[in-house]
Amino acid sequence: MRRMSGFNIVSLTFGLAFLYLPMLILVIYSFNASKLVTVWAGFSTRWYGELLRNEAFLDAALVTLKVGVISSTLATVLGTMAAFLLVRLGRFSGRTLFSGMIYAPLVMPDVITGLALLLLFIGIDMDRGVTTIVLAHTTFAMCYVSVVVSSRLSSFDTSLEEAALDLGCTPWSAFRLVTLPIIAPAVISGWLLAFTLSLDDLVIASFTAGPSSTTLPMKIFSAVRLGVSPEINALSTLMIGVVAFGVVIFSILSKRNTALKLQEERDAVDGRT
Amino acid sequence: MRRLVLILVPYLWLIALFLIPFVIVVKISLSDVALARPPYFPQLDLTAGWAGIRTFFSELDFENFTFLTTDDLYWKAYLSSLKIAAISTALTLLIGYPIAYGMASARPEWRATLMMLVILPFWTSFLIRVYSWIGILSQGGLLNTFLLWLGVIDQPLTILNTEIAVYIGIVYTYLPFMILPIYANLEKLDGALIEAAEDLGCSRTSAFWLVTIPLSKSGIIAGCFLVFIPAIGEFVIPSLLGGSQTLMIGKVLYEEFFSNRDWPVASAVAVVLLVILIVPIILFQRNEQKNREASQ
Repeated sequence: MRRMSGFNIVSLTFGLAFLYLPMLILVIYSFNASKLVTVWAGFSTRWYGELLRNEAFLDAALVTLKVGVISSTLATVLGTMAAFLLVRLGRFSGRTLFSGMIYAPLVMPDVITGLALLLLFIGIDMDRGVTTIVLAHTTFAMCYVSVVVSSRLSSFDTSLEEAALDLGCTPWSAFRLVTLPIIAPAVISGWLLAFTLSLDDLVIASFTAGPSSTTLPMKIFSAVRLGVSPEINALSTLMIGVVAFGVVIFSILSKRNTALKLQEERDAVDGRT
Repeated sequence: MRRLVLILVPYLWLIALFLIPFVIVVKISLSDVALARPPYFPQLDLTAGWAGIRTFFSELDFENFTFLTTDDLYWKAYLSSLKIAAISTALTLLIGYPIAYGMASARPEWRATLMMLVILPFWTSFLIRVYSWIGILSQGGLLNTFLLWLGVIDQPLTILNTEIAVYIGIVYTYLPFMILPIYANLEKLDGALIEAAEDLGCSRTSAFWLVTIPLSKSGIIAGCFLVFIPAIGEFVIPSLLGGSQTLMIGKVLYEEFFSNRDWPVASAVAVVLLVILIVPIILFQRNEQKNREASQ
């Protein structure tokens, strides 16, 4: 657009400081020796030790990971299928209803989704636990996956698939060998998005969880209602660290991938001439 | 055959786990509370055949909805949710626009990094981002300690457990939703248009108001809806930062269900909230549709 003015630099600096300072403070105070949040009493990793000895948190973390992995995998499969429905099938009866059901959960308040699902599970007399949370998370996450995948799919050149079919591929192997590798980045980001949404969800899980299936956000929520605790600071730091690590790894991998692809294309062009 | 499976699996999944639950909510909102398991009445008795269905429908009524209008807790909660959502959307726009503008004016090789820096907080837990403000805003918190140390105030301000803390929480957690659509718009903006306006005698400020703002209108509208719609039904932010005096409908619904165990009234609250949300959702869809047509 145009050159950086002083105003732009100031607004960017303040904006990024606003986004990052609260989390930075959390990370710093997780190493505070004192139990009081505002008093700095020296560096200590004591709260991390207490956190690792707290079995309730470890159990909740396990439940959360289990729910996250299963529901985001299911959501990726269902969401990719839904994306194919939306992009490839053109008009079919009930298409309006279907796209409505895909887009509505994206803006639906969690309290309504949670309440509705709970009333369904009670209505069919289903015991609440990990299974019901997985069903709930799969349902709203598949909508996000289908939005991500369908945007990639709509820019996809179908003649590639037709060429594969003409050259003797079965529809399934054309999908596996041609379509899937091309939409793979969108499918992977869809899975990651579904996974973070599941790890993050408090409200829907509180509605659909049973007594023996407390997730980590539920545990954190009931702890922080009583105020700030250094143990939660330590837990938050670990979670922020995992996310930052994952994002850095993912961006390095995708950068290397595009670099490799560029190299391959260049080699192919060189080979031809 | 394969095509049928592809259609049926996601379709039936969404009907069973999205559509039917809403029908159940509507049904229970028309029922009465009862001391039973499940705690509402009437129950549909299919074994009695048509007579059972007929008595079931004759027992349904709008009593819970009339109750919502008589108890002023509910309409006050709806109004205050709308007010809080509107004010925080305006604040998010005021803070988000300059950031998006700054990103779009940065050098192209910086833009991807800036974009990632804005998205990164979105990947970390929402709950933790809200929680991080408790320690900053509380009476003995870091902000008060800092301001007392500076000498700006002589006694700690009460910010936590007020509506101001809720505004801060919403602005903080929803800021990326505002920045990204506006940035997407500003990035495509042709700098020559602004130069032309300046050549034709516009000052820099009036070029901004007359050219840049109108051309980024659809991004502004999209960002505002992306903040406004979820903020209305927000539960975590008011319950952690708002204290007991902040009234928001998401919190009322949650408490009605878990503390009072009045399922029919909770369902009626949910139905009314849905009706309120339908208008902004349709407006938002229309804006998106227009954008898609414009970009084609």
